[in-house]
Amino acid sequence: MIWTSFDTWIVVVAVLSAVACALPGCFLVLRRMSMMGDAISHAILPGLAIAFLWTNSRDSFTMFFGAALVGVLTAVFVDWVNRFGGVDEGASMGVVFTTLFAIGLIFIVRAADSVDLDPGCVLYGALELVPLDTIDFQGGEVPRAALKLSAVLVFNILFVSLFFKELVISTFDPSLSDTQGISSKLMNFMLMGVVAMTAVAAFESVGSILVIAMLIVPAACAQLLTDRMSTLILLSSVVAILSAVLGHISAITLPKLVGFEDTNTAGMMAVMAGFIFTLTVLFAPRKGLLSRFRYRMELSLKMVEEDILGLLYRLEETHTEEPVQDQIDLQQALMTGAVTLKLALSRLVRRGKIRPKDSHWELTDEGRNRAKQLVRSHRIWEVYLSTHLQTPHIHTTAHRLEHTLSPSEIQKMEAELDFPDKDPHGKPIPTRLAQPEEGSKNDTDS
Amino acid sequence: MNDFWEALLRVLTLADYNTRVVILGTSALGTACGVIGSFMLLRKRSLMADSVSHATLPGICLAFIVMVHFGGSGKWLPGLLLGGLISGLIGMGLVLLLRSYTRVKEDAALGIVLSCFFGLGVALLGLIQKMSRGSAAGLESFIYGKTASMLSSDAMLIGAVAAVCLLVCGTLFKEFTLLCFDQDYATSQGFPAALLDVTLMSLVVLTTVIGLQAVGLILVIALLIIPPAAARFWTHNLRNLTLISAAVGAFGSAFGAAVSAVVPRLPAGAIIVVAYSSLFLLSMFFGKTNGIFIRLLRQRRLNNKVGSQNLLRALHEIVERSGREQVTFDDLMAARSWSTAYLRRLIQRELRLGRLRTDDESYSLTTGGHEEARKIVRNHRLWELYLINYADIAPSHVDRDADRVEHILNDQVVGELESLLATEYPASNCPRCPHSQVAS
Repeated sequence: MIWTSFDTWIVVVAVLSAVACALPGCFLVLRRMSMMGDAISHAILPGLAIAFLWTNSRDSFTMFFGAALVGVLTAVFVDWVNRFGGVDEGASMGVVFTTLFAIGLIFIVRAADSVDLDPGCVLYGALELVPLDTIDFQGGEVPRAALKLSAVLVFNILFVSLFFKELVISTFDPSLSDTQGISSKLMNFMLMGVVAMTAVAAFESVGSILVIAMLIVPAACAQLLTDRMSTLILLSSVVAILSAVLGHISAITLPKLVGFEDTNTAGMMAVMAGFIFTLTVLFAPRKGLLSRFRYRMELSLKMVEEDILGLLYRLEETHTEEPVQDQIDLQQALMTGAVTLKLALSRLVRRGKIRPKDSHWELTDEGRNRAKQLVRSHRIWEVYLSTHLQTPHIHTTAHRLEHTLSPSEIQKMEAELDFPDKDPHGKPIPTRLAQPEEGSKNDTDS
Repeated sequence: MNDFWEALLRVLTLADYNTRVVILGTSALGTACGVIGSFMLLRKRSLMADSVSHATLPGICLAFIVMVHFGGSGKWLPGLLLGGLISGLIGMGLVLLLRSYTRVKEDAALGIVLSCFFGLGVALLGLIQKMSRGSAAGLESFIYGKTASMLSSDAMLIGAVAAVCLLVCGTLFKEFTLLCFDQDYATSQGFPAALLDVTLMSLVVLTTVIGLQAVGLILVIALLIIPPAAARFWTHNLRNLTLISAAVGAFGSAFGAAVSAVVPRLPAGAIIVVAYSSLFLLSMFFGKTNGIFIRLLRQRRLNNKVGSQNLLRALHEIVERSGREQVTFDDLMAARSWSTAYLRRLIQRELRLGRLRTDDESYSLTTGGHEEARKIVRNHRLWELYLINYADIAPSHVDRDADRVEHILNDQVVGELESLLATEYPASNCPRCPHSQVAS
């Protein structure tokens, strides 16, 4: 990989535009208006085209504001079609942005002789050409786009921090925000204005497709990682920076593997953002697919383990002379899968709760203590249910509830019931363990 | 100018082979998209078309690369479309998976799939442009479309796919309807709802893919969204909705293609979309069942009816209470909280309709007006009695409730109220006001 000052500037510009997009993007995603980002960044095309025809230059404030204005108008039009026409919101967006895009396209084609506004460039930008267009800044040569995007980034940081409270309240509870004197509608249009402005500033260098990716993907990643608004904004900026840097690196390295020089940086940045998103969806600590799957597995495994202990204890209780376990199909008795059962049994053996003896399983002393507590919990629940709730079928209900309370809570419940010694079926309720520490330790490690 | 008319005539009579191909091809596409879009609109999945169409790009590029790798030119259309079809389906599947198995909301899922897939497509396009073999020049036409240079083979392909879509929609019309309105019910009735859903979604991807070639991947979204949205203003019936939507699709496409054939240097795809939007705007304002004007008109009619009924009832009650036939403007002003201007307007209309007559500053009911007023007062009081007797509402509270309901009681409801209260209040009489201290 050969890294030149060109590459540095490309990455700087990409990072600037990615973070500038990610900031308003957080609020877009939380408001469930992600597709509005898509609609606006497509719809600014006619604004650009008209302003361009008007001023005949590519870099001017007219062009900038023309496009930003059309961006805000998109939001207004969508609102109108949605409200006055009674059209579903998604469809209203579709109607408005495709129409505006088509109008923009007509303008561009009609003016093709006098204009060099390449429609392709609108979609995927010209990031590779950014370092060529420089201006003097404080004695050094700085790409024009870098300056422009820094200004936009500073503006967006100011917008988000100055209006933080208003944005948050109008995002999470529009009615509350209205009653507090913060017009949720005004905040909405301000946000749309910022999105439009950012999209216009960024589109020339990175293209509208990367604008959409950076508006939505970093915020969606951050949402899977945290529930705090300030952390969410920081995390989404980090994701934006990462995908920009990794995007450029992979754009100049990955194609080498298949024998090409390099490829479009903006495209690779979107791909990298998608890659980071995939990782987040899979491995996010609490909301990720894997951790949720593991949590569910843990829970069901814990229940099966406790059920095994309880079953073994009950068998000991009823058949004191000879073990009858051989005649019982554990899998059927516990209503569980073969794999889960094997896993649970091996975990119990590893923790010293049960041990194999002859052809069956036997509780160790530690396991028996734990099982006692479980059966105790179960039977106290049964007493409670039959005296206080008069529930029929108390066994199945107690079976579900026995896993849920800690020993000290069970003790309180026992006191509430005047220390019964038999459950409603006439079976004895095991006594409390001599050392409660043991019980609580068992509870936490299982 | 003569040239223009001549060109127009040639287009209208489909004289040119090229124009004929383009107009027929785009119309077939518009019809198919219109029908399928109707179901998407009702499922509130219109924007799915957006994600799907963007998600086709990496598939098209990969197909190109693979075909060039195996020595082809890479321009073989069915191969490219197959690639697009596969990646479009993957994109749609991902949206559905993200939506149902993660905490990601639907809108974000659509946006993520859209931008990441398109980004991948752009990156692959970047590779293709650097390839020594095969020319990438044709691929960009998938983004913006190249309607005007549609070949007859393209049009045939579009026609065939459109026919398949229409056939499937026609056969499965009942099933799709059920899926759109009540998926759970469909499942409980033993319909394979998931399979139907997949079928419908595949049709969406299929029409999107064939539309790419014609109008480009951004404008094809319009083909799926705008016609059904426009048709929704004209009907409440799903069968009519699909028919109107298909008609809007076909007509808009034909019109757009014709205009771009007559006027030089107009991109046909964009013109088609603008034609659609014009039809949409027209429908939004003038639509027969849901248009803005018809809704305003309905509201105005209701307001008028409520106003005049209020006036007649107020007059009748004043006459009933005071025994005088002549009622002054001030009496009426005191009867309800209405503004002077509003009351004057109401009185003017009733005078015009002949239900009221005036002689120097006082008003009285004509025979027709009296009949009408009696009917309204009767409805009002029947409803009040009903509320007192059956809903256990205090007599002092029923007036306001009855005030709102009296305007919408139809003859059938009044008949039922009468038979319910018949023993106490014979049909010929207007019952007395149940909460008023003043006897009539």
